[in-house]
Amino acid sequence: METKNLTCIGCPMGCALTVTYEPGNRESVKVTGNTCKKGELYAIDEVTNPTRIVTGTVRVSNRKNLVASVKTKDVIPKSKIFDVAHELMKISVEAPAKIGDVVVKDICGTGSDLIITRNVE
Amino acid sequence: MNTKIAIIGGGPAGLAAAVSAYDAGVKDVVILERDDKLGGILNQCIHNGFGLHTFKEELTGPEYAERFIEKVRERNIECLLKTIVVDLSESQGGGVTVTAMSAEKGMFEIQAEAVVLAMGCRERPRGALNTPGYRPAGIYSAGTAQRYVNIEGKMPGHEVVILGSGDIGLIMARRMTLEGAHVKAVAELMPYSGGLKRNIVQCLDDFDIPLKLSTTVTDIKGKDRVESVVLSKVDEKNNPIPGTEEEIPCDTLLLSCGLLPENELSSMLGVDLSPVTGGARVDESLETSIPGVFACGNVLHVHDLVDYVSGEATEAGKHAAEYVLGKTPAGEEASIALETGNGVRYTVPSFVRPGRLENFLTVRFRVGNVYKNPEICVYLGDKCLQRRKKQICAPGEMEQVMIKKSDIEAMAPGETIRIAIETEQEAAQ
Amino acid sequence: MKREVVIIGAGVVGSSIARELSRYNVDVCVLEKASDVCEGTSKANSGIVHAGFDAEPGTLKARFNVAGSRKMEALSRELDFSYKRNGSLVLCFSKDGYPQLEELKKRGESNGVEGVTILTGDEVRKMEPAISDEVVAALYAPTGAIVCPFGLTIAMAENAAVNGTEFRFNEPVTGIKAGGDGFVVTTDKGTYECKAVINAAGVYADAIHNMVCADKIHITARKGEYCLYDKKVGGTVSSTIFQLPGTYGKGVLVTPTVHGNLLLGPTATDTPDKEEVNTTKVGLDTLQATAAKSIKTVPYRSVITSFAGLRAHEDGGDFIVGESSVKGFYDAAGIESPGLSAAPAIGEFLAGEVAGYLGAIEKSDFKATRKGIPNVALASKEERDRLIKENPLYANVICRCELVTEGEIVDAIKRPVGATTLDGVKRRTRAGMGRCQAGFCSPKTLEILARELGTDITKITKHGEGSEFLSEHKGL
Repeated sequence: METKNLTCIGCPMGCALTVTYEPGNRESVKVTGNTCKKGELYAIDEVTNPTRIVTGTVRVSNRKNLVASVKTKDVIPKSKIFDVAHELMKISVEAPAKIGDVVVKDICGTGSDLIITRNVE
Repeated sequence: MNTKIAIIGGGPAGLAAAVSAYDAGVKDVVILERDDKLGGILNQCIHNGFGLHTFKEELTGPEYAERFIEKVRERNIECLLKTIVVDLSESQGGGVTVTAMSAEKGMFEIQAEAVVLAMGCRERPRGALNTPGYRPAGIYSAGTAQRYVNIEGKMPGHEVVILGSGDIGLIMARRMTLEGAHVKAVAELMPYSGGLKRNIVQCLDDFDIPLKLSTTVTDIKGKDRVESVVLSKVDEKNNPIPGTEEEIPCDTLLLSCGLLPENELSSMLGVDLSPVTGGARVDESLETSIPGVFACGNVLHVHDLVDYVSGEATEAGKHAAEYVLGKTPAGEEASIALETGNGVRYTVPSFVRPGRLENFLTVRFRVGNVYKNPEICVYLGDKCLQRRKKQICAPGEMEQVMIKKSDIEAMAPGETIRIAIETEQEAAQ
Repeated sequence: MKREVVIIGAGVVGSSIARELSRYNVDVCVLEKASDVCEGTSKANSGIVHAGFDAEPGTLKARFNVAGSRKMEALSRELDFSYKRNGSLVLCFSKDGYPQLEELKKRGESNGVEGVTILTGDEVRKMEPAISDEVVAALYAPTGAIVCPFGLTIAMAENAAVNGTEFRFNEPVTGIKAGGDGFVVTTDKGTYECKAVINAAGVYADAIHNMVCADKIHITARKGEYCLYDKKVGGTVSSTIFQLPGTYGKGVLVTPTVHGNLLLGPTATDTPDKEEVNTTKVGLDTLQATAAKSIKTVPYRSVITSFAGLRAHEDGGDFIVGESSVKGFYDAAGIESPGLSAAPAIGEFLAGEVAGYLGAIEKSDFKATRKGIPNVALASKEERDRLIKENPLYANVICRCELVTEGEIVDAIKRPVGATTLDGVKRRTRAGMGRCQAGFCSPKTLEILARELGTDITKITKHGEGSEFLSEHKGL
C-alpha cells in the first residue's frame, strides 16, 4: 500500500486528503480528510489516473514577436506534461491559423490532438 | 457621431454588454476599444478553465473571447478598434459626450444616450507596494510577464520568484515552468492564498513550487538586472519580522498583488466611486450615480471568474437598453442602502430601488478573511431574512445572495439591507 | 581621436556646459559612462529650483544658485522644458526657531534673493491649507520654483548636439594624462587627444580630478530616498515645503512636481558605494514620518513609486567650479544641492572660461532655441487633431496613465541624442511614469524601440548593457 497527501480542488475548503492505495488498483483506494463526496472522487482519480489539459504556445514561422496559443484538445496523463511542453518548443505554425486548427495529431502519443486556441492573422 | 449606447472597452464585459443591449432591442450600439482586436486581457490568458458556467465546457481565454466576438459579429455591432476614449462628460441636453481619438478619425466625439463602462482593471505595481530595494530590469507585474510569454513568445527571465498568490501569479508560475524557467517560490503576504485551490494544486504542487504564506519581499538586489530578492516572514500586522530574512538568488520578480479597477474615465465623468472596490457605486440595475451610465465587469469590482463578468455585463447591457427605450421601471421611491456587516468587504450593488426589481435582487460580495463553516446572513432592518451555511468563505471567491423583491418591498422606511458573515465562535461570544 | 574639449559626464552639469560651449567654434565631445544623458544624480533629485536663501553668502553654491535660478525661467522657454515658479516655504515649528528663520531671511537678502518674507503660522495655512497646525511661522521665497530635471538635462544636451557637440555613451573614462599642450583621455573604447578637459563626473568627479591633479579632492555619495505620489494627491501643496534644519534632523521637503505629482524626500545617508541607489524600509518610513511633521496627512496609500539618488558631497562642503591646479583641466565637482538650480549658471561660467582659454569665438549660426517633443496629453483638442493628421502615430496611445502616444515615443528615439533604452524613452516622454508604472506600456515601448533602432527586442535594455528585459527560450 502507498500513501499520498493531496489538497482537494473541489472548492475553497481545500481539504487535506490522505489517500492510501495499491498502485493500479482503483478499488483499493481509501480516502480520509475529505468533507464531501467530491473529495473522494478527486482523490481516486488523482492517484489512479491523474490528468491535465496542457496549454502553451508555438512559434509562428512567418511572424516576428508573435506566438500562437495551443492546447491539448483533451486531458492527457499528468506524467506527459513535460513531454508535451518540450514538444511545443520544436513546433511552429504558419499564419493565418484559426481556433480549432489541429497542429499535431496525437501529440506525444497521448491520444490527444494539439489545437490552436487563438486566431492568428 | 451619435449612438444610443456607447460601450467603453471591448473585453469580456464590453462584448457581453453589447450583445445583451442589442438583444434587448437597441441596435445602435458602438464598442470603443483601444487595442487592435477585441477580447481584452483574455487574449493573453491562454490557460484553460474559462466558461464552465457560461458554456458548460472548459475553454482557454482566447476561445472564450471568440465566442462573444462571434456574437458581436453576427449582430453587426459597430466596433471602433485602435480607438482610445480620452474623456467622458455629461452632455448639455442629456446623455454623455464620449471624446475619443484614433489614427483614422483623429479627435472625435460621440453623443451617446447611455454608456456602459467596461474598461476592466490593471495590476497593482511594485511602487504601490513600496517595496524597498534597487530598481533593476527583471521586475514585472505578472500580467505583463504573461503578455511577453503568451503573445510575443519571449522569456522575461529564467530564475523566478513570485510575490502574491493571486490567480495570475499562480498561472504564471506554471506557465514559466513549462517554458523552461525555474520558479523558486511564491510568497504571499497573507496567511492564506487569494488564488483558487485548483490553481494552487495544478500550478504549484504539480511542479513542487513552494508557497510561502505570511511572507513578503523586503529587499530587491541587483543594479542592472535582478540578482536576488530577500523574503521575510510577517507578523499579524503584516510587518516583516527581523531575523527571518531569506535571500533567494533569481533574475526575475513577478508581482501578483491585486487588481485595481481602472476608473480614470469614470472619475472624469463624475461617477461616484466606492473607496473599497475602487469601482462605481451602482444600484440594482448596475446604474451609477449618473443616470444612463452603467458599469460592469472588473471596472466595477474585480471578479474571480470571467463567467461572472459576462453575466454581470449581460445585466448591464440589458438595463442600458431599457434606459434608452424608456422602459426603465420608475423606481422613484427612496433607494435602500446595502450595508456591509461582519466580514463583508463590499457589496454590489451599493443601493437598490425596489420598484425597479423584477423578482429578485442579486447581491455579489467578497469577504475579508477565510471563514470556516460560516453562515451568510441577510438582514432587512433588524430582521434576519436568510441564513445560509457554507463550508467556507474566502477572499479569493465572490459570493452571492438573492433576495425576493416582495421581502424588500415589505421593509419599513429608513431600514437598510445588511449582509454579514457569522460563525459559531462569534455567535458563542 | 582629436577633440579640442572633452567633457566628462552627461548629467545636468555636463549637458549645460556642453550647451553653453556649443555657442563657440570649438570641437567638443562629451564622454558618458552610462547609456544616456541624465543617468546619475540628475535623474533622481527633488526637481527644485532653489531661490538661493540657503547657501552661505560668498560661497560658490550661493553665487551659482542665485544666478542659475534667475536664468531658469528664460531657459525653459528657450529650450522648451517644464518649469513652474511655485514659491517655497521653510516651516518653523516652535518659537525657538525664530532666530534661525530670521538668519535665513538675512542670508537670502545678502545672496540677492528677491521678495523673501516671514509669514505667521496662520498666514502659511491660509496659503497652504494642508500645512500642519504645529507650524508657527515660515520663510516664504516667491522665486522658488520646480523644474523637470530630465527635461532640463535632455533639452540642453539636445541643443548642444544640434549645435555640433558629439555625445558618446557607454564610454567610462579610465585614465587622463596631461602633457604637451593638452591631455590624452582614455576610455575603454579609445583615446581622445584634447586641449581642455572639463570634469562633470558627478559622484565620480573626485576620481577624474585625481587622475590629473596633485591636490586631491574627495567626494562622498550621499543617498537621498524619495517617495512619489499619484497625481490625484498632487494638489496637496502648491509651493515647495521645506523644514527649518535642525528641529527634526535635516528635514525633508514636500513638493508638487511640474507634472502634477506629489514628491516627498530626500533622506540623507552617506554611502561608500557610489552606485547604491536602492531604497530601504528605514529610509522610506523615515521620510514619510518626517514629512508628516509638515503636512496634516501624508497620502501613504497613493504612493506610486520610490527611488533614491546620490548627491556628490565634497569634503570642503562647497562646489568646486573652475580651472584646477593643472592648466586646461576644469572642474565642476561636488555639485550637490543646489546643483540642479545652479547648472545653467555653472555651464555658462565654465564655457566662458574654456572658450577664453582656447581663444574660441562665438559661432554665427548658433541655434539658441529647441522645441520639445509634442505633448499629446497636454495638447488641446485642435492641436491633437492637427498632430494626428500630420502623423497618425500621435493617435496610438501607448502609455494610458500619462497618455503618451507612439508618435511621441518614435520622436524620443529619433531626435538628436535620442533614447535607446526604456528609461530613456520614459524620461523623454513620461511613458511608464504614471500610476501603473509601465506595466501596460513597457511591452509596446520595447517593440517600438526594437523596430526604430533596427534591433531585436531581446537587445533592448532598461538603462544599458546588463539590464536587458527579455530573452529567447532556453528550452527545457
